[in-house]
Amino acid sequence: ERKRHCSMRFMLLFSRQGKLRLQKWFTSMSDREKKKIIRDMTTMVLARQPRSCNFMQWKDLKIVYKRYASLYFCLGVESQENELLALEIIHRYVELLDKYFGNVCELDIIFNFEKAYFILDEFLMGGEVQETSKQIVNRSIEASDMLQEVRFTDMHAHTHKCT
Amino acid sequence: MSDVVEKTLTALPSLLSLDSHPGSAKLSSTSKLGNLIRGITELTSKHEEEKLIQHELLAIKEQVSSPNTTMMKELMVRSIYCEMLGYEASFSYIHAIKLAQQGTVLEKRVGYLAVSLFLNESHELLLLLVNTVLKDLQSTNLIEVCMALTVVSQMFPKDMIPAILPLVEEKLNHPKEIIRRKAVLALYKFYLIAPNQVQHIHNKFRKALCDKDPGVMTASLHIYLQMIQENPDAYKDLTPSFVTILKQVVGGKLPMDFNYHTVPAPWLQIQLLRILALLGKNDQSTSEVMYEVLDESLRRAEMNHNITYAILYECVKCIYTIHPKSDLLEKAAKCIGNFVLSPKINLKYLGLKALTYVVQQDPKLALQHQMTIIECLDHPDLIIKRETLELLFRITNAQNVTVIVEKMLEFLCISEDDHTTIDLVGKVAELAEKYPLKYNEWFIETMNTVFSLGGDMMQPDIPNSFLKLLSEGFDSVEEDRKLKLFAVNSYVPLLRGEPGKLPQRFLQVISWVLGEYSHLREDLEPAEVLSLLAKLLDMKNSSSETKSWVLMAMTKLCKGGTDASVTQEVSETYSSSLDTVLRQRAHELQYLSQDPELRARVLPRGSCGNFAFVSEALAAGAAPYKPPHQRQEELDQSKALSLEPYGLSLPISMSSCSITDRQSPTLLSMSSGLSGDTLKLDGVKRVWGREGYLAQREPVEEAAQVEVPSPIQSPGRQGEGDSLHSQTPTQTPTPEPEQEKQQLASSLFVGLASQSSVSLMGKSEPTPQRFRRKAKGQGPGSSFNASEQISSSLISPPSAVDNLLCNNLLDSNNASELAEQTSQLSQRLTTANGTCHTEAELTEPDTKGCNPALRRDNCVVAADPGPHDDPGRLTEVCLDSYLPAELSGLSHSEIAPLCANQSLNLSACHVQKEDSLILVVFIINSSESAIQQMLPAGEMTSHSVAVGQYSLTVKRPAVHVEVVGTVSYQLPAGTSQSLQFSYKVPLTSFIRPFVVSTEEYGTMWLSFSHDTKQNLTLINDNQEPLTATLNALKKKLQLHVVEVIGMEGIVACRLLQDLPCLMHCRVNAGWLAVWLRSPVPDLPDCLIYHCQRALQSL
Repeated sequence: ERKRHCSMRFMLLFSRQGKLRLQKWFTSMSDREKKKIIRDMTTMVLARQPRSCNFMQWKDLKIVYKRYASLYFCLGVESQENELLALEIIHRYVELLDKYFGNVCELDIIFNFEKAYFILDEFLMGGEVQETSKQIVNRSIEASDMLQEVRFTDMHAHTHKCT
Repeated sequence: MSDVVEKTLTALPSLLSLDSHPGSAKLSSTSKLGNLIRGITELTSKHEEEKLIQHELLAIKEQVSSPNTTMMKELMVRSIYCEMLGYEASFSYIHAIKLAQQGTVLEKRVGYLAVSLFLNESHELLLLLVNTVLKDLQSTNLIEVCMALTVVSQMFPKDMIPAILPLVEEKLNHPKEIIRRKAVLALYKFYLIAPNQVQHIHNKFRKALCDKDPGVMTASLHIYLQMIQENPDAYKDLTPSFVTILKQVVGGKLPMDFNYHTVPAPWLQIQLLRILALLGKNDQSTSEVMYEVLDESLRRAEMNHNITYAILYECVKCIYTIHPKSDLLEKAAKCIGNFVLSPKINLKYLGLKALTYVVQQDPKLALQHQMTIIECLDHPDLIIKRETLELLFRITNAQNVTVIVEKMLEFLCISEDDHTTIDLVGKVAELAEKYPLKYNEWFIETMNTVFSLGGDMMQPDIPNSFLKLLSEGFDSVEEDRKLKLFAVNSYVPLLRGEPGKLPQRFLQVISWVLGEYSHLREDLEPAEVLSLLAKLLDMKNSSSETKSWVLMAMTKLCKGGTDASVTQEVSETYSSSLDTVLRQRAHELQYLSQDPELRARVLPRGSCGNFAFVSEALAAGAAPYKPPHQRQEELDQSKALSLEPYGLSLPISMSSCSITDRQSPTLLSMSSGLSGDTLKLDGVKRVWGREGYLAQREPVEEAAQVEVPSPIQSPGRQGEGDSLHSQTPTQTPTPEPEQEKQQLASSLFVGLASQSSVSLMGKSEPTPQRFRRKAKGQGPGSSFNASEQISSSLISPPSAVDNLLCNNLLDSNNASELAEQTSQLSQRLTTANGTCHTEAELTEPDTKGCNPALRRDNCVVAADPGPHDDPGRLTEVCLDSYLPAELSGLSHSEIAPLCANQSLNLSACHVQKEDSLILVVFIINSSESAIQQMLPAGEMTSHSVAVGQYSLTVKRPAVHVEVVGTVSYQLPAGTSQSLQFSYKVPLTSFIRPFVVSTEEYGTMWLSFSHDTKQNLTLINDNQEPLTATLNALKKKLQLHVVEVIGMEGIVACRLLQDLPCLMHCRVNAGWLAVWLRSPVPDLPDCLIYHCQRALQSL
């Protein structure tokens, strides 16, 4: 049976030193495969010369990557995908992070990586773009955050009372 | 935005301690995760990190299992962090599920996140999540529903889909659009992993498509794209809807929320364009529905952002996929030009990709961008190179196959990626086998490289079909023998050398070929072959498969007698082998070497391909042989309920590789994999042929119009331009019989290919002969009748028509009139020859008086060079004496008559000065009356001669430079007249030696971007061949030999005034391998042509 695939396979964020900061897999993959991809991506992307194009071929996938300050964003897509569009997906994600954290930098993502994941889940779903509006993504993330904080204080007060 | 993010972070630890950073400010200073991260960044070795993490994991493990921990969320985040660093925290998986199940919303979110990061679809723990998801889907809390839908779209056990499907379906009616959208995407995920599970709810998809929220509708398109891909016919009725949606999007009718950098919903646009492409493919009436919106998409796209280019790229692909419409194609082609010519590397890459997609339908586009393609071939970025090769692979023909294969092999040598190697090796083999007949040696050599480079990774079919091709051979017995002999000849030295370095597959091929055909080489003793083969058996790294091939080959070769000792030894060694196959082969070898009669019966010489026993068996009623793919197909057909439509692709891909007639399913799947994905051409109606647009419906003029803006002519184009020019002066081309047109086009393609130059578009061994003969007749001194002129303009693809307008013969007050003529003239030339790309410049050696300069189009015309006027009577036409005094000492070309009318006779010649080329035009008043208004000074008396001289320079090189001019004058009667002429000068007249040192040469060499390579014939007289050849070139073409070192020589020349061209020559296998480089496009190609001619005429 022909295998159907969503257009994106994975997204990785890693530092200039090759330290992984975030990994998102859009299709089912074994741990071994994941490890190999992470290793290959960091070595390949970090070895790229400046002013090369932002695309690479890896096995049957296209790798689209871009560096923002000290972080590399790396997206693995189907080889017939539109590379420029993939580049804009990365860019929009960075913009979403920036909108949420305000002047986002690598540290924000290191220390709040779960937030970075939540934002990504709001932006991409099942390997496709779900929501591109900065306002809407931000609103729904903040809504969950707020609800949590409220519940958190409630619960906190409750446990406090009990003790 | 990027400036916001462009904050470099160099000293991580120092920033961490500062805590003033907004990012770290959000972090609680006492957070355990914070401490962990900080701890890790302070470590210096991997070992320390490992120790710390193990310690951390132990701590986490201890805490999570304590019954009433309140730290669950943080513990889970810490586990995620450890896993991200590559350490397994599998003990926490179950706790993640528990957290998602029992926690508060706050904890649930982290729990779900941890689950989605820790587990994959097939993990057994995932079953424990089903109930949680079910519960959350039914929750009244929107956030819980969202979380459940998100996790479902990320990972959900396939078999459990039915359990939650009704709930997800229900969400399609949810009042909140965000829930509806997530539900649609969850269904999309189900469709991808288990299409059968959602088959019954297709009508729900349609409802989602009609959702009033554009976001939900957009989400549903993911499903539609998949479904339409699999069965386009079922969704044709939706075409008008998709078109309407796209129209609204492009027209900016969506809310601002959907904009991305002022571009309206680009992701939606692209999705729709992809869907339209699928629907319009092979379907004229459906395509017609979408022409308008596609046109609008192209028009609306403002080139201000990457995302616009992303849309344009999809638009172009769509236009080339659906039923063609000429004006859209024209616009799309222009659009591809924008990509290809962009200085931005990303866009160039995408341009190449687009070209690769369209080039089989429209090879003209490749010709248009040939210079860029050649530049990209040398690009330092491998992916650009790789994509260029992909493009070339698709325009390969019998003429250019050698060059393209050479480029591919070059790439293979530097590529380190296995996937690329396998792919390219397959392509090279495919090309080599497609055109083996013409180039025996080339074929064998190429395949040798393929086998050495492809190693044991390549598709197993490559050696198989190579051997098949070799054994079946050609119709001509002699050719057949030569090919096989050449193979044998090339293998023997390989075995004598270091066979240990050769891949196993190659050794197997060698063994087989030597076993079958080494007898063709008479000077080769079978004993020697046997000992060479026996050597392979002793090699450590020989696989047992290889050994078995070697033993088989030896069995074919042994004749007893002198060879007996080797075979005896070998068969004894292996008859006790543990490998049963080897043991069997060894026994065969033993018995057959002792029984020549039996051997002759079992292994008759030339047995392959001639199996007598097959026909005997068939006659006896045996079932005929079926190739594996056929068996597979029958197997597929016999399966009930095989509803997959792509089963059909098999016969299609078979026809695509029919030439090699490969008989294995693996290869078929490979070649369809190679060509299928990017170029969906299967079953596409052929709309573009080698000679251009094939559709009968469209008027021919339209096709011609399409091509006008192209800077470099395509062969088809020239064909039309040519017929137009020679047959009728008007612009309506007469329709010719299709066949004749094709013939003309193909011969043009060959002509263009070999002469011009652009080696990649075809430089062939067999064709030069043809063109050389043709070219002989048209030296610069030959007459200028119309047909000659046409053929000359065909020779040089960047057809060089240098418009030279001799307005010195005009009174200055006629300038406006001249302008009029100029435009008319250039216009006519443009339409006739199809280009006005060439720039001409006329400079004047003497500057007397004012020079009214006229600029129009690309033609720069400077006037008033101050011609000589000789009022002497013309008794004999001995124009030599009229040559200006300062030129008379120099050698000049033969003075050739240009044209004449009742009153004027024009002749011309050119004179090569050290730093310029002077065109001398002789104007003879052959009438009985004086001619007025000829010169600023006055008039021209009867039977007098006026001489004008012009210094010429070349702006854009061509093989021959054509100068076109007009003489305007007034007769006594007062009527204005004009006479047009043209004059051709070979490019060589503009070439001068260029004196540089070897060091200077070296620096320049690296900086020049345009190049070409070709093999030239060496001159073999008594001298040393390299010196002899270089001297001949030096003499003929005025080149400067910089240095000769051993077998290499470097040569330099310049095109007037100072456009350098460097030449690197190396003697290689009886040829002179020449590599030309220059900063000027086309110059290397034009020059190589003249070098070729110069050496031939010797």
